[in-house]
Amino acid sequence: MNVHNDCRERYHKLYEKNIEKIKAKSSPYVNACREPAFEKFMQLGIPTTKNENYRYTDLSHFFNYDYKNYFLPGREDFLKAEQFRCNVPDLDTHGIILLNGFYPTLTDKLRELPGGIMVGSLNEAAKTFGDKIAQHYNRFINGDSDGLVHLNTAMAFDGIFVYVPSGVKLQKPVQVVNLVDSDNDIFNQHRNLIIVEKNADLTLIICDHTLSPQKFLTNAVTEVYVGEDSHFDIIRVQNEHNNAAKITHTFIHQEKNSTASSNNITLHGGLVRNSTHHFLGGEGAECSAYGLYLSDKFQHIDNYINVNHAFPNCRSNQLFKGVLDDMAKGVFNGRIYVMKDAQGTVAYQKNNSILLTDDAVMDTKPQLEIYADDVKCSHGATIGQLDEDALFYLQSRGIDRREAQLMLMFAFAHEVIQNINVEALRERMDSLVMQRLRGELSRCANCMVKCG
Amino acid sequence: MLIISNLKAAINEKNILKGVSLEVKAGEIHAIMGPNGSGKSTLAAVIAGRDLARITEGTVTFMGKNLLEMTPEERARQGLFLGFQYPIEIPGVSMMNFMKTAVNEQRKYKGLDPLSASDFLKIMREKKELVGIDSKLTNRSVNEGFSGGEKKKNEIFQMAMLEPKLAILDETDSGLDIDALRIVANGVNKLKTPDSSVIVITHYQRLLDFIIPDVVHVLYDGRIVRTAGKELALELEDKGYDWIRKEIETSGLS
Repeated sequence: MNVHNDCRERYHKLYEKNIEKIKAKSSPYVNACREPAFEKFMQLGIPTTKNENYRYTDLSHFFNYDYKNYFLPGREDFLKAEQFRCNVPDLDTHGIILLNGFYPTLTDKLRELPGGIMVGSLNEAAKTFGDKIAQHYNRFINGDSDGLVHLNTAMAFDGIFVYVPSGVKLQKPVQVVNLVDSDNDIFNQHRNLIIVEKNADLTLIICDHTLSPQKFLTNAVTEVYVGEDSHFDIIRVQNEHNNAAKITHTFIHQEKNSTASSNNITLHGGLVRNSTHHFLGGEGAECSAYGLYLSDKFQHIDNYINVNHAFPNCRSNQLFKGVLDDMAKGVFNGRIYVMKDAQGTVAYQKNNSILLTDDAVMDTKPQLEIYADDVKCSHGATIGQLDEDALFYLQSRGIDRREAQLMLMFAFAHEVIQNINVEALRERMDSLVMQRLRGELSRCANCMVKCG
Repeated sequence: MLIISNLKAAINEKNILKGVSLEVKAGEIHAIMGPNGSGKSTLAAVIAGRDLARITEGTVTFMGKNLLEMTPEERARQGLFLGFQYPIEIPGVSMMNFMKTAVNEQRKYKGLDPLSASDFLKIMREKKELVGIDSKLTNRSVNEGFSGGEKKKNEIFQMAMLEPKLAILDETDSGLDIDALRIVANGVNKLKTPDSSVIVITHYQRLLDFIIPDVVHVLYDGRIVRTAGKELALELEDKGYDWIRKEIETSGLS
């Protein structure tokens, strides 16, 4: 019998059984998207390695599994999440906790920040921002061939909503801490919607943490609208245990003259797949997609990037770097798509990986599709070891070989870290990366999250 | 201080060093000259511990210890310094962090506490002035984007920071204009103490106008074929290496 069909049937049953419960809490607009999305999911199924975009990443182990919990956490879980505090020194943010995909604050579900910025639960926001949600929700996904995005649209229960009105520049970043914590194995799907109106500015930090050692699967979709002349940065820091799978899909839609950056920093994770889509949907838009992956043991980290140049005179830059140890596996798939009318496009891509052992594997695939003539594009991928000449140079000054290796790896990783524009976070990332490379537990001091 | 005895080394089964013997005493300056391909850089690399060449025979003793058993970092901590012919660019590693790590690792070996940030900065400043290196260079990544002359000055700066007992300068003069050459040579002379020794490896006599050697060796085809005082350098400048080559061929040594 076909395993593939089995998997679909599993989610079909789950959908039938729970859809009314899910719909009860969500807005009519969001609910109206569910059924068509589920039909698409039933056509496409869970991606297998036959799907070109998932060729090197086998998800079956995590999707063909009976989780104990797919939906609501209990009240005590909410209370536990409320006690969580991020402990990065000097990192001054507007913090939000998302527990197992749910906005856990029992009373304060939608907060207003200076300038009329709203942050809170998507379900809660639907009560007052229904028109904004209808305008942007489910509009920017272009992973049409990806069944997981549709599965999320069909069944996601809640997530984060951020709204930045025109002309408002938020001084402090918004920080979302995604906690996964349960005594049971769980599969959670959440859906974030971020709207940055014209001439506005937002920095969003998302921290993915697992708190308990159970088997976890997350399938999260984040849609971002970046209005004309606006600026948006998203920094995702992932630190999950070896028995957790994290699948994220981020769709960033950019209007004219907007600038946006995405930075996926994966310090630790059993199976991680981040797909990041930048759609340059207006003239003069610019984007940078960064990523850093540090993995060891049997970890598997896959980054899929899709930069779509739809209008003239847009610029994009991709920089992904990683260090792989033991039997770890890494995947990079970088797509640049330049449409026919996107003249004057400038698009760069770079992927560099260091393999520390003979057993570590890196699959890297640049994918450039260019339909305009006046285009400047470049891509480069390297997979190698640490530079022996540089190591000898450091050793010849009395530096221990192990220390010299660390210095080189750290310098290598820092090229990605230095693009984080929140100083406190940048410094913390530098020290976490150093700890990670030293093989120490890479978690924030005093944090209750045991990420290692 | 350094005793090399009948050292033989091969790269890819090709014999490069064919029995080098040499002794450098404390306080001496030696020059090793020789045509391209004679094995000068291989000799420097073997002494510093770069494992490109396979040592097939012979011994190297430094301060009474067997150098060939040590890792490159152990050799450095014993007081050995190699000035590279082609200093390596290391993007992302700052000069500051590099030197701080190196100095403190060497201090740790000697049983000393690491330098405080302010003491370290003070020493950096002194040594920069001594060597005449541009202050901005030490705020950058190691050798990244440095000109040829700046890279060589940076080698001398590192030497100043580490205060080695024996410095081997591998073609430090190559690619330098006369002004840069003078600065580099001045640095070496200022750093010279009565107990420290220097081996200058060079093609040309030019550098030896500024760093006056006590002993000059000619390395030819993997062997030291002449050893004499500083006048040998002048003779070589005058007559070229062909003179030596002919003498050796007629004497049937090669």
